[in-house]
Amino acid sequence: MVPFGGWEMPVQYTGIIEEHRAVRAGAGCFDVSHMGELEIDGPQALATLQRLTTNDVSALEIGQVQYSLLCYPDGGIVDDLTLYRLAADRFMMTVNASNIDKDWRWVTEHGSGAQWRNVSDATALIAVQGPKAEALVGRLADTDVTRIAYYHFAEGRVSGARAIISRTGYTGEDGFELYVPASDAPALWSALLERGRGDGVVPVGLGARDTLRLEMRYALYGNDIDATTNPLGAGLGWIVKPAKGDFIGRDAIERVRTTGPARKLVGLEMADRSVARHGYRVLHDGRETGVVTSGSYGPSVDRSIALAYVASADAPVGTPLGVEIRGQVKPARVVKTPFHPSRVKK
Amino acid sequence: MANVPGDLKYTREHEWAKREGDRVRVGITHFAQEQLGDVVFVELPKVGAKVTAHQAFGVVESVKAVSDLFAPISGEIVEANAELPQKPETVNKDPYGKGWMILVKPSNAAELDQLLTARQYEEFVAQGGH
Repeated sequence: MVPFGGWEMPVQYTGIIEEHRAVRAGAGCFDVSHMGELEIDGPQALATLQRLTTNDVSALEIGQVQYSLLCYPDGGIVDDLTLYRLAADRFMMTVNASNIDKDWRWVTEHGSGAQWRNVSDATALIAVQGPKAEALVGRLADTDVTRIAYYHFAEGRVSGARAIISRTGYTGEDGFELYVPASDAPALWSALLERGRGDGVVPVGLGARDTLRLEMRYALYGNDIDATTNPLGAGLGWIVKPAKGDFIGRDAIERVRTTGPARKLVGLEMADRSVARHGYRVLHDGRETGVVTSGSYGPSVDRSIALAYVASADAPVGTPLGVEIRGQVKPARVVKTPFHPSRVKK
Repeated sequence: MANVPGDLKYTREHEWAKREGDRVRVGITHFAQEQLGDVVFVELPKVGAKVTAHQAFGVVESVKAVSDLFAPISGEIVEANAELPQKPETVNKDPYGKGWMILVKPSNAAELDQLLTARQYEEFVAQGGH
């Protein structure tokens, strides 16, 4: 167990590589209750969210989820989030644990047109991810989960607990994220592991959570995106919709769109098993071109992989680069991402 | 405590050393590989390199952390385990056998006697291993 943003969390239960492989082969359960949940409602909820986030909230239907960003006026990123539409005027925003307080101050200051409630402490979140996730959650749910489409959700009961059953995740596998009242979480956790044992379902810690998301090129706030990075450089232009109307950061982002981002977040593959880690310098022909933001061994691809910001000119796939590791420059090259194919149920 | 072979010598940095004739074989202990987690990369010195007791001779890297490897004794590298670059997980699976790291020609035979015995190492680990 390690301290993580005010929580005690397991890095691993049995082993990072073993847990990672178990998720892709069967299913794994992640206790991610440390994440934050904010509820928004009122007649101005939609308009307020449109001004605060980069994605188009008017395209979000009831029962649907969208990935989005909160940005600063200069285009830097406050946080990445998922936004749920529960009713015409009622939404839920799931945010990173490390940013709950910051996000709360930001949205209440800049989104005063709606009513906000921070329900993070009352809400637990358990993710069930892997090819066997649907069968497991289906066994415990009172609703037909096979009918829940990707990035959609249903409200129902799982193992008796009232739940938002969301077909979302951070692994690239099919699966669900289950939002339940905090007091129901321990029983739900036990029920999932108990009913899943026959399918080889295992509990999964932070270590494998990181290797799984890295293989999919999913951003991690604090590593790959932060207040100094803009969405276009990070490869998140697909969730920025300037045509929807004005939002905080829109002008700054559009200026970057015109000139092109100075640096881009790319996937790197190391030539050997050396591990590139956050903060390591990236070089092109001996000249510094960028920095590693995330890196690890990827068990499903059996290679050392990383994400790094590099000068846009050095970003094309195939560009040979070097990563400085403990004083030595180790060879790497830019590769396509995701590093591992996605198997979400599109 | 299991997994502290009686015929080896140990260091407080969790390396083991085994006399093999006039050579000494070196690796990391079961406790060390357990603490590290899945080993994904091992950096070893080249044959002919000199090592000095208590100084770093290489690096062992797991998914979550990088750790220096410290030489138990001084001498010259006569062999480095060529299997580890391709199969670093061998360190986890067989730390005292196939997971060996370097074979050293010692420059000072007395240094081996100054290392911890199995019993002393067991006690050290039982008290936390720091």
